[in-house]
Amino acid sequence: MLHWKERRERAAFLALANGAIFRGWSFGAPVDTVGEAVFNTGMSGYQEIVTDPSYAGQFVTLTAPEIGNYGCNPQDEESRGLFLNGLVIHELNEPSNFRSEESLADYLKRNGKPGIAGVDTRRLTLMLRDEGSQKAYLHTSAEPLTEAEAVERARAWEGLDGQDYAARVTTGKPYEWNSEGEFHVVAFDFGIKYNILRGLAANNMRVTVLPAAATAEDALARNPDGVFLSNGPADPAAVGYAIRTIRELIGKVPLFGICLGHQLFGLASGAECGRLKFGHHGCNHPVRNLLTNRVEITSQNHNFALKAGALPATLEVTHINLNDNTIEGVRHRTEPAASVQFHPEAAPGPHDSFSLFQEFRKLMER
Amino acid sequence: MPKRDDIRKIMLIGSGPIVIGQGCEFDYSGVQACKALKREGFEVVLVNSNPATIMTDPEFADRTYIEPLTADILHEIIRRERPDALLPTLGGQTALNLAMELEKRGILERYQVELIGATAEAIERAEDRQLFKQCMLGIGLDLPRSGSAHSMAEAQAVASTIGSWPLIIRPGFTLGGTGGGIARDQKEFEEIVRRGLDASMNSEVLIEESLLGWKEFEMEVMRDKAGNAVIVCSIENLDPMGVHTGDSITIAPIQTLTDREYQAMRDDSLAVMAAIGVETGGSNVQWAVNPETGRRIIIEMNPRVSRSSALASKATGFPIAKIAALLAVGYTLDELRNDITGSTPSCFEPSLDYVVTKVPRFTFEKFPMADSTLGTQMKSVGEAMAIGRNLKQSLQKALRSLETGRAGFGADGKDGKFESMDDETLKAELIRPNAERIFVIRAALKRGWNVETLNELTGIDPYFLRHLAELAAFEEEIRSAGTLAGLEADRPLFLQAKELGYSDRQIAFLLGTTELEVRAARRRIGLEPFYGTVDTCAGEFEAITPYYYSAWGEGGEPVRDHGGRKTIMVLGGGPNRIGQGIEFDYCCCHAAFALHKAGYEVVMVNSNPETVSTDYDTSDKLYFEPLTLEDVMHIYERESCSGVIVQFGGQTPLNLAQQLRAAGANVIGTSPDDIDAAEDRDFFKQLASRIGIRQPESGIAHSVDEAVAIAEKIGYPLLVRPSFVLGGRGMVIVYKEKYLRKFVEEAAAVAEGKPILIDRFLEDATELDVDCISDGKTTVIGAILEHVEPAGIHSGDSASVIPPMTLSKEIQEQVREYARAFARELHVCGLMNMQLAVKDGEIYIIEVNPRASRTVPFVSKATGVPLAALAARCMAGETLESLGFTQEVHIPYTAVKEAVFPFVKFPGVDIVLSPEMKSTGEVMSLDAERGLAYLKSQLAAGNKLPPAGNVFISLRDQDKPKAVKLAEKLVKLGYNLYATLGTSTLLYNAGIKTKAVFRISRGRPNILDLIREKEIQWIINSSESGAEAMVDEIRMRSGAVVSGIPITTTIAGLTAAIEGLADKADFGRFEVCSLQEYHRHIHR
Repeated sequence: MLHWKERRERAAFLALANGAIFRGWSFGAPVDTVGEAVFNTGMSGYQEIVTDPSYAGQFVTLTAPEIGNYGCNPQDEESRGLFLNGLVIHELNEPSNFRSEESLADYLKRNGKPGIAGVDTRRLTLMLRDEGSQKAYLHTSAEPLTEAEAVERARAWEGLDGQDYAARVTTGKPYEWNSEGEFHVVAFDFGIKYNILRGLAANNMRVTVLPAAATAEDALARNPDGVFLSNGPADPAAVGYAIRTIRELIGKVPLFGICLGHQLFGLASGAECGRLKFGHHGCNHPVRNLLTNRVEITSQNHNFALKAGALPATLEVTHINLNDNTIEGVRHRTEPAASVQFHPEAAPGPHDSFSLFQEFRKLMER
Repeated sequence: MPKRDDIRKIMLIGSGPIVIGQGCEFDYSGVQACKALKREGFEVVLVNSNPATIMTDPEFADRTYIEPLTADILHEIIRRERPDALLPTLGGQTALNLAMELEKRGILERYQVELIGATAEAIERAEDRQLFKQCMLGIGLDLPRSGSAHSMAEAQAVASTIGSWPLIIRPGFTLGGTGGGIARDQKEFEEIVRRGLDASMNSEVLIEESLLGWKEFEMEVMRDKAGNAVIVCSIENLDPMGVHTGDSITIAPIQTLTDREYQAMRDDSLAVMAAIGVETGGSNVQWAVNPETGRRIIIEMNPRVSRSSALASKATGFPIAKIAALLAVGYTLDELRNDITGSTPSCFEPSLDYVVTKVPRFTFEKFPMADSTLGTQMKSVGEAMAIGRNLKQSLQKALRSLETGRAGFGADGKDGKFESMDDETLKAELIRPNAERIFVIRAALKRGWNVETLNELTGIDPYFLRHLAELAAFEEEIRSAGTLAGLEADRPLFLQAKELGYSDRQIAFLLGTTELEVRAARRRIGLEPFYGTVDTCAGEFEAITPYYYSAWGEGGEPVRDHGGRKTIMVLGGGPNRIGQGIEFDYCCCHAAFALHKAGYEVVMVNSNPETVSTDYDTSDKLYFEPLTLEDVMHIYERESCSGVIVQFGGQTPLNLAQQLRAAGANVIGTSPDDIDAAEDRDFFKQLASRIGIRQPESGIAHSVDEAVAIAEKIGYPLLVRPSFVLGGRGMVIVYKEKYLRKFVEEAAAVAEGKPILIDRFLEDATELDVDCISDGKTTVIGAILEHVEPAGIHSGDSASVIPPMTLSKEIQEQVREYARAFARELHVCGLMNMQLAVKDGEIYIIEVNPRASRTVPFVSKATGVPLAALAARCMAGETLESLGFTQEVHIPYTAVKEAVFPFVKFPGVDIVLSPEMKSTGEVMSLDAERGLAYLKSQLAAGNKLPPAGNVFISLRDQDKPKAVKLAEKLVKLGYNLYATLGTSTLLYNAGIKTKAVFRISRGRPNILDLIREKEIQWIINSSESGAEAMVDEIRMRSGAVVSGIPITTTIAGLTAAIEGLADKADFGRFEVCSLQEYHRHIHR
């Protein structure tokens, strides 16, 4: 019936660069690939996660144990495709939900992405927590391959550090997201999520999306009321061109950034960015908004963060993470520019910070 | 915002006795609150009538009032204590209702007591159906089409507006949905509306569109006064709408919603909190979702900690009640630490990397006449929870935690009943929600019925059905190994079976071998479970609190250091059921506290989410696991325990004792052999004669014919019961051979393979309970309890009194001698309970149980001696002398324990007491005057005897001689008497005037009419014991229960009540006094 034999044979495996092997069974496209193993502790939202371009180059481990339960549907996609390198889960289920159109397994297969199920995701998560994200090799194909060879391939991979993944996921050419809106916003797509675009549009903004490598002139030529800096994958240091672009834009036009966009804004303002000991990968992070003193539960996915000790005088901290007191948001002291590390657009995650899109409006109203 | 310094003294109301719909979850929440508030330096005044709770131990509050939970009594306490604030949100609906009554009567205002946790306005908005509806519409939420009514005419009008059957009827202001129901036609409608109007405190019922078959969800929300709010836990019900959530199998977290749907529900749940105006604390919000369209409707919200909050706390590690208490005194969520991680704030939403399943525990076997169909009125008496790495593990563990003899989801040889149903019956049992439906589903799956069909019949989501289908099918996969050796040779298959949650017992059944063989084979190939931590964050941060569950696979966390201490395991009692409840959890917690204090590391194992024992800070390490040999031994070995305590958790761990020992565990305290010996009739008979105490003549039968032969030898009446059960399951008094035959057959079915015990029944004897403690050398009496009801009524159902009311000093001294002798002969180390009967000055031994008894907490509260704590330390090797307890404590006041029954939930069930225990909980009362103590106990038990009015008397013949004197007293106290012809004539001849009433079947007006017209305020009715209760009487008593008219069913009870009423008439009102003050009056 349910391929029990295949499941218990655990022919597929994820090999980490540290030598650890996590066995399971393949349920997506049967392709082998390298990537960086990370985890996400959100309890719902796997479809948003697999379609989030921020996960480009990564194997995402879901700590929620039962996955696939509600299937997949076109409305919950967060980008035009799947950019992650593979999905690592504990249990796979057939869908049961009134909106479901396709099972998760079929969805991954259709999009050519591998998935491994039956993995002890808790053990993997604790390892990633303690040792940091790991270069890894996911073996789901029929190719004969030893564990040792896979570990070698993982180690041999160049990894994400210093790699410009934004260039790989960004839009090929500019496009208009919507045609109506009180304010015109130009959004730099470093790997933008649709729910950001939906959020901007819902707050009466007309959005034009530009490729990551667009210049300041490109942006300003469109005569925007504001410029948005999107989330995106990998290492902010690898997108030097974007940092230079943003530096040019500060002071010329209101700016608002999320996640990678926040880090780029910080770097462009002279801040330093470093790797966190434990990245933030979940939908339950408390963030204090220092301006209102309210706590918001936020969706987070990042390994890098602005360093608290090295903030330039032009920036002030607006949000902090209550778990580890790291910086979660900054704003320019004099110019209409601000950014947050977490994901106010949620998808997946709580909607507590939706109001930040209005804050962006206020910056433009100034 | 730090804590408030303008309040100093806080009053907390508990939830009273355990009843269906209000279990020991409120002891858990109350204990957390008391601990948190005391630690913050507040003075805590606690009121609760339930002596079996841990919260009513004198050290948990500054002032502990074990008094009836009525507004009048609370008024007295407020007058005496002058608290600054009242925290009403942690004691269930009882506390909330009382707080509202105090508010409405102006008592809170008069004494300047501030309601904290929830304002009266917020409570009103959440509880009043109409206000709630307006409020929800105001924030744009969808509601079922509905209307509320205060009369039958209004109800009919609402029904015709909605215009479709079935209709749901819910009364306002009740607990556990009392009085509600689903009406499918006009006749049912009228009946349920009538009941609902009576049950509602404000005579209001809500009638609404049926959402039968919709998906049901729940969110547990916490909010602080700064407006920060979090969802602690989300829950999805396996059983769709139509089954009370307390009676549903529920799963955490939500399984079948996309993030969008989940977050929209979250947004709305937070909006509900804000709109209702719950400023601080925890609430639950319930939702229904149409499976076809996703249309979402709000069902209700409770502005207080609930049963679901306890479940959510255990499921996530987030201590809702503790945090709610701290928020109520001014803290905000971000100021409070998450205890589990120790480093992050409480202002977060727990993330689960496991699946939690809760399964309700029913006791329909106790009430054969009750309707076992599940509906909107809660009927379960307890619940088991299990944590697994996946849904199947979690569900199978939960099912084997239920203590119903099941080893998981079938595959244990106990499905014959379902597998043999014909298709029609099977279909009917799938449509009808019932306690065993999950096993009916298995039988249908085995028969080849598919998920679509089952979804149509049951309304259960295909997601859950598919899991069940896979389990049902996987049985064959296990069988495909052929033999155990085959499975042992196929490690991947063996592991897969364990990952799917199959217990060793199930595997043994499928492969035709024994559990121990499976265990041995498994260990030969090194297949052991690992343990995951409930860490609130799915592994994102390190957890410091050792709270574990087992799972299968490769991973697992290492064993936490023992800190150089010896480790002792305490086994809890599993799910609450009638006969085994909170009393045993009380003992387990005390053992944990005492042993920890004495320098041991304590490992607690239990599966009941309502309890204090499963709070992560009760023990050093907590394992939320089923109490089976397999599950317990893994932990015992993993933690290198030096001993295990089985005598505190009731029958569940006791039944495991021998197996645990055989598996190599060191059972400390009284040895399992001696515990068993006390149950061995032949041994016990010899022991009794060696000690020189009489025993009712008895015999052991293994068949009906043997039973009849023994009966002829001993003579009727007889007490017949199966061995090895608690709570008198299957126990009965028989007067005739015909009934003997019938009952022996039934009893044999209850305790398979175990013999039937037959005793001569001592009619009209006085029954005693003795609790004592022994360190193996010294034995000290805890107390002698005299029952108010005569022998023949289960001790758990009798009122009992300390000190004894009628026993002579000589008899009491003799009883003590016997207790010491039994303790010595049975080598008791720990607690021992002895039950005796005194008839015509002769003492008979009924039974001796060398273990914790149900009365331990009551005795401890009455005497101030922490018996369970002392016993645990004796078991660990200390002596009573070194512990300073060598003298029985004599109290200069009276303590009364009274039982509380669930009859109102089971309309039509006879309420007459018998040797089979039927009570769900108990209350206690204390007073310097015995009569007042008894009267208070009746008030506390909800049997509110009227100070004046009309009393109906109907007595069995043997009681009639005593009736005259009692009737005279009643008349003197100012009551008007009504009686049936026989009793009336008798009283008339003695010169007492009564109004004669027809027997129900003889004419009208009869007692049913009087009940309906509310002309009678009190019923006194004793029936022929043993005889089949007359249909008339059942109807009368059942009618009285439903109408809330107090009933007294024994002459002894009546005598005590009259004494109390006379005292009350003298004093004019009840006095209240705290436990701490009572204990100060004890001269040691």
